Amino acid sequence: MKRVKLFNKTRELESQIDEFCEKVDQGAMTFKIGINSYINDDFAAFEEKLKQVNQLESQGDTLRRNIERRLYEQTLIPESRGDVLGLLENMDTILNSCEGAMWQFAIEKPHIPEEFHTDYINLTDASVSAVDSLVAASRAFFRGAETVSDHMHKVLFYEKEGDKISTRLKMAIFADGLDLAHKAQLRNFVEHIDDIADTAEDVADRLAIYSIKRSI
Amino acid sequence: MEVAGLVFLSSGLFLGGPRGAKKTTNVFGTAVGSGMVRFATAAIICSVFVILGAVISGAGAAHTLGKLGAVNAIPGAFMVAFAAALTVYAMTKAGLPVSTTQAIVGSIVGWNLFTGSLTGGSTLVTLVATWIICPVLAAVIAAALFKAISLWLRRAEINIFRLDAYTRTGLILAGAFGAYSLGANNIANVMGVFVPVSPFTAFSIGDLFTVSSAQQLFLLGSVAIAVGVFTYSKKVMMTVGSSLMSLSPIAAFVVVVSHSIVLFLFASQGLEHFLANLGLPTIPLVPVSSSQAVIGAVVGIGLLKGGRGIRGRVLGSIAAGWAVTPLIAGVLCFVALFFLQNVFNQQVSRLVVYEFTNPVLTRLADESIDIGGVKSLNGRRFFKSVVLADELDRLAYDDEEISRIVDLAEIDNFDFHPDRLADLGEDYLTPDQYAAVIRLSGRIFTHRWLLDDALVEGSEEWALLSDSTINKLYNREIDEKRRAIYSLFRVAGAP
Repeated sequence: MKRVKLFNKTRELESQIDEFCEKVDQGAMTFKIGINSYINDDFAAFEEKLKQVNQLESQGDTLRRNIERRLYEQTLIPESRGDVLGLLENMDTILNSCEGAMWQFAIEKPHIPEEFHTDYINLTDASVSAVDSLVAASRAFFRGAETVSDHMHKVLFYEKEGDKISTRLKMAIFADGLDLAHKAQLRNFVEHIDDIADTAEDVADRLAIYSIKRSI
Repeated sequence: MEVAGLVFLSSGLFLGGPRGAKKTTNVFGTAVGSGMVRFATAAIICSVFVILGAVISGAGAAHTLGKLGAVNAIPGAFMVAFAAALTVYAMTKAGLPVSTTQAIVGSIVGWNLFTGSLTGGSTLVTLVATWIICPVLAAVIAAALFKAISLWLRRAEINIFRLDAYTRTGLILAGAFGAYSLGANNIANVMGVFVPVSPFTAFSIGDLFTVSSAQQLFLLGSVAIAVGVFTYSKKVMMTVGSSLMSLSPIAAFVVVVSHSIVLFLFASQGLEHFLANLGLPTIPLVPVSSSQAVIGAVVGIGLLKGGRGIRGRVLGSIAAGWAVTPLIAGVLCFVALFFLQNVFNQQVSRLVVYEFTNPVLTRLADESIDIGGVKSLNGRRFFKSVVLADELDRLAYDDEEISRIVDLAEIDNFDFHPDRLADLGEDYLTPDQYAAVIRLSGRIFTHRWLLDDALVEGSEEWALLSDSTINKLYNREIDEKRRAIYSLFRVAGAP
């Protein structure tokens, strides 16, 4: 009986991890729609998405704490417990960054001139794609699949792409005739969005090490 | 059973027990050290399976030790066990890798030298050969198993938590198997030397099964190990388990399984019988070093990973241990026996006399051994088999003849006084065997083989079958029963 119970608990944990990954992924996608709405001046939709990201973030937190507590209470995966813990916390950071960036938009309500719209949207796309790939890589890691590296190189690719866009965008902003305060504000928002891709890359780097460790 | 007997047995228990317990850390150390298995779980499983292994399958390997030299007095057996334990203790203190198995073999040879008994040459060769084969075999098994598991894991895509649960279950099962094999193979080190002088007699529980005197000894020894596990192993498991080898749980699993398979191969009478039935060569049942099996397995995995991190020094020290450990134990035993005999006035060996009586000469002639040379020794008494063997060697007998002549010439003294027959456990023997013994009432025998002949004459069920691998198991059982009869009816002192 104990054996059956043992595997039941395992299955529960597996699905909790899956759920957590989903939250992160959904958070990123909601973030993307929210930013698009803001840029298209649809503030009601933006507020709606902000609320959703908020919820996802707090659900993610609860799940993460739950998983972490279980890992320690049941002394599971002693060898890679620290790694898994780090991974979950870093993924949570991504959710936090998404939420934080959206709050900044909600608080400061920056005016984004028309000519920058495409690049802001592209930058958001790149960042969210990086997070997407990271989530896929993490799932592969938990599932014990060999495909971790397949997803990993995409994270790096999108991060680089994001860097290019943000540099271009910042140069364009500062070459424009806006007043300095406005320029600085727009630059800050470029960085808020780009930070998400950077965090995803950091997590991916760690994940690469974890998966080497995992392959006995 | 006399109090002195208990005191002497204690060297096996108190020194062998903790040593045995330390070995269980090989089996569960990594699992407990890494937190995969709780200590309490490990300790309970370990104790139960060590006891089971020792009592059920301990006889095979112990039998081989008995063939190396029959330590025939309990104070002698005490010193053999003590010298081996002391060697192990001292070498461990000095930080040298050491094997109890090798120490006990050295110690027995020391006893043989001191008492002038012949060392079973072919047995010694078998033992030493197995020491070399053991780590090599462990390495091969570990490498194969590790490769297979890695391939399987790559293909099966198992969730990290599921894999964790599987590994835990695997470690527990492997640990149980390991503890069983350890009990079966290594109880011989703890209790083996006491088998010929066991103070216990066999008894039966119902008609279901009999518990031989050796099994009672093994039970005692394995309980000592079990106590050792609970009292002593925790700290060792925690530290050794995590610091000695930094293996992943799966690699640890592979190491434990390979170690256990090797120990099991060298202890299983069932497997021996199975192989014999198929007409395949059998594996000698020999106590092998569990620590070296572990090191072998780790090295096997290391080689598979490309040979990084394998220190040649470790391998060198294993090889050195093969020579140094038995040597130290042998010398120590020899010196200690001298003190035991001359300072403490203990009888370290039963006085054995060799003499060419008329029945011996007749028998030798029957076996078409040339008795011309032997006749010149007529009327002389020999007190050491080695001296007699030298004498015979001078008379140009070959080795095979010498060992047969020495066997036959040994004087023993059995008295089947009706009073003693009452002590005979009826359940332990078959009805025919029992009747044959009863018919000997009142008779006296001066040679062991004369008694054997009389028993066979009394019942076919006392006869040994021809010496083939298939019959080995049956013959061993008859041998054990005969030994029980010897010890029951032997009268002290030469006639």
